[in-house]
Amino acid sequence: MTATTEPLLKDSGHKGPNGSSSVLHHPYDHLLRAEALPHIWCPGCGIGTAIGALVYGFEHASIPQEKRVIVSGIGCSSRIVYYAKTDAYHTTHGRAIPFATGLKLSNPALCVVVFAGDGDLFAIGGNHFIHAARRNIDLLVVCINNFNYGMTGGQSGPTTPPGALSTTTPYGNPELPFNLPDLASAAGATYVARWTTLDVRRLRMAFAEVLTRRGFRFLEVLAPCPVSFGKTNKIGSGAEEMEYYRALEVLKSRIESTNLIGSEIELGKPIVVGKFVDRTRETFGERYARVAAKAAEAGA
Amino acid sequence: MSSAANLLLAPKADDSMVGTHFMSGDHACAEGAIYAGCRFFAGYPITPATEIAEHLAERLPALGGQYIQMEDEIASVAAILGASVAGAKSMTATSGPGFSLMMENLGLGIMMEVPTVIVNVQRGGPSTGLPTSVGQQDMMQARFGSHGDFTSIALSPQSPQEAFDLTVHAFNVAEKLRTPVLLMMDEVVGHMHERVIVPPPGQIPIRSRTRPTVPPAEYRPYKPGPDLVPPMALAGDGYAVRFTSLTHNELGQAVTTYEVQKVLVPRLRDKVLKNREVYERVELYKTEGATTLIVSYGITARSARRAVDLGRAKGHRIGMLRLLSVWPFPAARLLGLKQIRRIVVAEVNMGQVVLEVERLVSGSCPVIHVGTPGGLVPLPETILDACLSKAGGKA
Repeated sequence: MTATTEPLLKDSGHKGPNGSSSVLHHPYDHLLRAEALPHIWCPGCGIGTAIGALVYGFEHASIPQEKRVIVSGIGCSSRIVYYAKTDAYHTTHGRAIPFATGLKLSNPALCVVVFAGDGDLFAIGGNHFIHAARRNIDLLVVCINNFNYGMTGGQSGPTTPPGALSTTTPYGNPELPFNLPDLASAAGATYVARWTTLDVRRLRMAFAEVLTRRGFRFLEVLAPCPVSFGKTNKIGSGAEEMEYYRALEVLKSRIESTNLIGSEIELGKPIVVGKFVDRTRETFGERYARVAAKAAEAGA
Repeated sequence: MSSAANLLLAPKADDSMVGTHFMSGDHACAEGAIYAGCRFFAGYPITPATEIAEHLAERLPALGGQYIQMEDEIASVAAILGASVAGAKSMTATSGPGFSLMMENLGLGIMMEVPTVIVNVQRGGPSTGLPTSVGQQDMMQARFGSHGDFTSIALSPQSPQEAFDLTVHAFNVAEKLRTPVLLMMDEVVGHMHERVIVPPPGQIPIRSRTRPTVPPAEYRPYKPGPDLVPPMALAGDGYAVRFTSLTHNELGQAVTTYEVQKVLVPRLRDKVLKNREVYERVELYKTEGATTLIVSYGITARSARRAVDLGRAKGHRIGMLRLLSVWPFPAARLLGLKQIRRIVVAEVNMGQVVLEVERLVSGSCPVIHVGTPGGLVPLPETILDACLSKAGGKA
């Protein structure tokens, strides 16, 4: 893959009223629903960065715009469907993966991305996640992990670090969280990576790469939630949560152990980021094609 | 994608089953789905509906279709909705416990306006109840089971042949009105074997959803046509559609205000209620001159038919209104029978559709319920007794 850097803003060529100034247009304007702006996300939230990286990935993996499909569940990150200019389905809480499964199997020519939050994908939707990974449905699942339920005002969830404060763990979280990359890998995902929204370049490259792969692929994006999780746990503003990541994130490639897959996330402890899995497994669609050939042979 | 045609989205008519068969209601339902062009089935095993899944697991792959066994019934409905937005005609089949899990995404299908078919081969409940015995206890769940205000369409066959016919009808209705349709079978109809005639392709008209003709820039995914149904662009059509479970305007933008809600939710109701000719089917059996009317559906209607015949043989003026479409209740067909002085509602439950009949006649004549708690279809003699007894109110 080539690391391309583009100017964020391009001169649109449109001249202003006095003929000298020009109006700047974002190069992704046509890939977003500008009429829906401003978006609903809080100041300092990481979701927009992740969407920018996804759109970058679509472009760099040369996925035609009409073939892009986003399926989301319910929660802050699931609101992506209102801003990304693709076929977009805002479904029920936790059910984006099975909805996407039916969609992808019916039209394998489409590039189907599930984009949802940690609570949606791993609490109410956890069972769907592991089964889609086991079957190796050809989907990219993006989890915006902000360690809590943001849309409902900051409750704890399946990725909340132990001891962390939330509106439903006022004395500290007694539960232990999932290590999402490890879970995805164990369930059979073909590509597993974790990045933070601090690492915009790595995140964009990851999207560009993962969209060229096949099978059940999982990208965990750690994203600041300064208004809820950050404030409650005294991490501070979005920028301060980015600083938290900068101080604590450790690249997997810099660690001796080569078989490490993610890490348990604990407050104040190092966070392992990187690409953990990149492998080939026959997809459900490929295996089913063999079944269909057998059925046709049997004259069924 | 390979250049081969996608037979899921553009199914080829299948004539391999044309002819006369000795077939169960479950298999007839599966064959009806194939006849209607359904090439996507997602489900989860459950008695007494499993045979539908088994039959389609065997039949669909050779037709270029897709069978997938999901992790539960919640996922099953999610998958058939996803298949449908991509353009596949899709179906799932279950029984009571699974139907409960399906209520969540039934609401999604109604709100997003996604055509699909959900089959419930009813058994006795509550809970695990009577897995292998008959029930008609999910009729109110079919009407009201998902949260929020909605108007469902539910059909109920009395025989394997009708399981075939009404499955085809269910797909046609779903496609025409862009909404999920519920096929409320029962264990007896599902498991009984009878003669089923599969007609040649083309004999029963097959309908497909209306697609937009305007260019993408002008497309409004929830702008209804004159029949109150919005044309449906498919995923990959280039329309950049936005379908959502939230309250939404014509553009598919989430606008959670009273102003938008008061336009959307009544339209979802009206597109069903104002298109009755699309789905409504009843049979009037010996109602001419009848003063006592039995209202029944599904397997119980066959017992009720016998009750009518027994009563008529003894000179009693009894007839039957048989509901092939139960919801929305065919109110005008009932209230049009002006000479009726007494109504008996027969069903395998403790009193469900009878509540709607009582509401409609509003005390103008006695309404008597003949039911069982599940596991037994009311006997013809019991139904006849209720027709002839002097008692009013509920039996």
